[in-house]
Amino acid sequence: MSIGSLIDSRDRSGRAAIRRTAEAVASGLIHASGWAAILILAAIASFLLLNASRALGEVGLLTMLTGDSWYPTSDNEQFGFVPMMAGTAWVTIVALLTAVPLGVASAVYISEFATGRVKEISKSIIEFMAAIPSVVYGLLGIALLVPAVKDILGLDTGLTAFTAGVVVGIMVLPTIVSISEDALHAVPDALRQGSAALGNTRWQTVLKVVLPAASSGIFAATMLGMGRAIGETMVVLMLAGNAGIIPGDPFVSVRTMPGTIAAEMGEVVRGGLHYSILFATGLVLFAVTFAINLAADLVLERQRKRWGR
Amino acid sequence: MVNANTGSFELEDVSVAYGNEIAVAGVSMTVPPQAVTALIGPSGCGKSTLLRCLNRMNDEIGGVTVGGTIRLDGDDIYAKRVDSVELRIRVGQVFQKPNPFPMSVYDNIAYGPRTHGVRNRAELDAIVEHSLTRAALWGEAKSFLKKHAFELSGGQQQRLCIARALATEPEVLLMDEPASALDPISTQQIEDTIAELKDSVTIVIVTHNMQQAARISDRTAFMLRETMEAPAALIEVGDTRTMFTNPSDPRTEAYITGRFG
Repeated sequence: MSIGSLIDSRDRSGRAAIRRTAEAVASGLIHASGWAAILILAAIASFLLLNASRALGEVGLLTMLTGDSWYPTSDNEQFGFVPMMAGTAWVTIVALLTAVPLGVASAVYISEFATGRVKEISKSIIEFMAAIPSVVYGLLGIALLVPAVKDILGLDTGLTAFTAGVVVGIMVLPTIVSISEDALHAVPDALRQGSAALGNTRWQTVLKVVLPAASSGIFAATMLGMGRAIGETMVVLMLAGNAGIIPGDPFVSVRTMPGTIAAEMGEVVRGGLHYSILFATGLVLFAVTFAINLAADLVLERQRKRWGR
Repeated sequence: MVNANTGSFELEDVSVAYGNEIAVAGVSMTVPPQAVTALIGPSGCGKSTLLRCLNRMNDEIGGVTVGGTIRLDGDDIYAKRVDSVELRIRVGQVFQKPNPFPMSVYDNIAYGPRTHGVRNRAELDAIVEHSLTRAALWGEAKSFLKKHAFELSGGQQQRLCIARALATEPEVLLMDEPASALDPISTQQIEDTIAELKDSVTIVIVTHNMQQAARISDRTAFMLRETMEAPAALIEVGDTRTMFTNPSDPRTEAYITGRFG
């Protein structure tokens, strides 16, 4: 008779029962927290939908999405999202044009060239960048970038989509760097060796084998960065100028969707049409960022399967 | 043939150290041109380490020092003026596990030539066909040149890697247990390919399969690490048939008759 069965027979009714109960409780808690995340997400969506229902009913989603004027407080109210959608688009485009080249280059340096302490320190700095509050980035933008943009480009104001976009780009840099670096790191060494054995330099190998092999992960990094840029509120509120016009280029003041919600929510009548419109704006933002993140996740999942990790 | 009578190695008192630990010591041997030389011995005896000295792939790993002299066609490949990147155009390598690049079959083979400046489409087409033919894959591959390399079977992938290595017209092809991850039929095809190739390129193959060494090689080198403390050494090198029928060292005889390893 083994020791295990001796112990079992001695307190079969006591300890084993406790262990089974503990197991059941732990498993129940883990399942519950998994479901809680899904429930919270569903609750947010339905809460937005509920509060936006008046706007959806009285104005209509199509009118909002295609309307080109935003005059929420005039006698002849206009609730067109196009100016702020265009403003958000310009800020996001400038942010990605800033963050993607810089972020991918940093990721390549950290993953493929840096070694030892330099690698550790660069990774820590990038991670630290993610911990800086966005309002601090906004302050730096106001102090440094706004006057520079005004003077160098000869504009009437330095508060433009371009200014906000550059700062938002720096803010999303950590996201792009760390996800791109994961993607580069996941490329098997066998490919690097195979390329080296064909008489390629490190640099040629990175450009022609490693980067293409990591392309889906880098694409996902870009998508996640885009999701963050679209939703960024504080920096755009401080730096984009908040003019409700449809911008033709990024060198003018714009208002964005998150900026509009944050700026106007304090002044609306609770339960009123304007209030409901702002929730509809939030609903559109939610849907767009949800779709972008979902797409990024699917791409990342595909990459994981490809390299069997 | 362009490479006629080239692609011979002379090793003189070659040693390899990882950091302070000497892994291989005192290897002196020659690798004749246009023949198959097999490196055999039990696991951990330094076969792969020695192989990686021949195209300086050990340079890619930090902290590896190579001592002694290795000459390719009379030139010291560890001399200061030798560029390891240039060397690897002359000495190609096929790895243990197939490692095709994540691109089409065609682009895999065109990869090396493109790096070295071949741009002309017709020229690349010719190189791709020629390389695949030499690797005995053209018959199957001509219909799926545009296919992604990952869609090929393991054996096809490995022959693709051989074709890829041949595309830069190396004088020497190093093979590190190229069939150990493959099924018997694919192994047979790889061995047939090696037999075809040895007329035009020098082959050095690492294998721990003695039957394979006996089947395909002209010359065999037996390496052994006798104790954990001592570095691995070359025990015996010679004509394959002689070595397998009448080995001169009792340790070689013990190994090939299956008494250890």
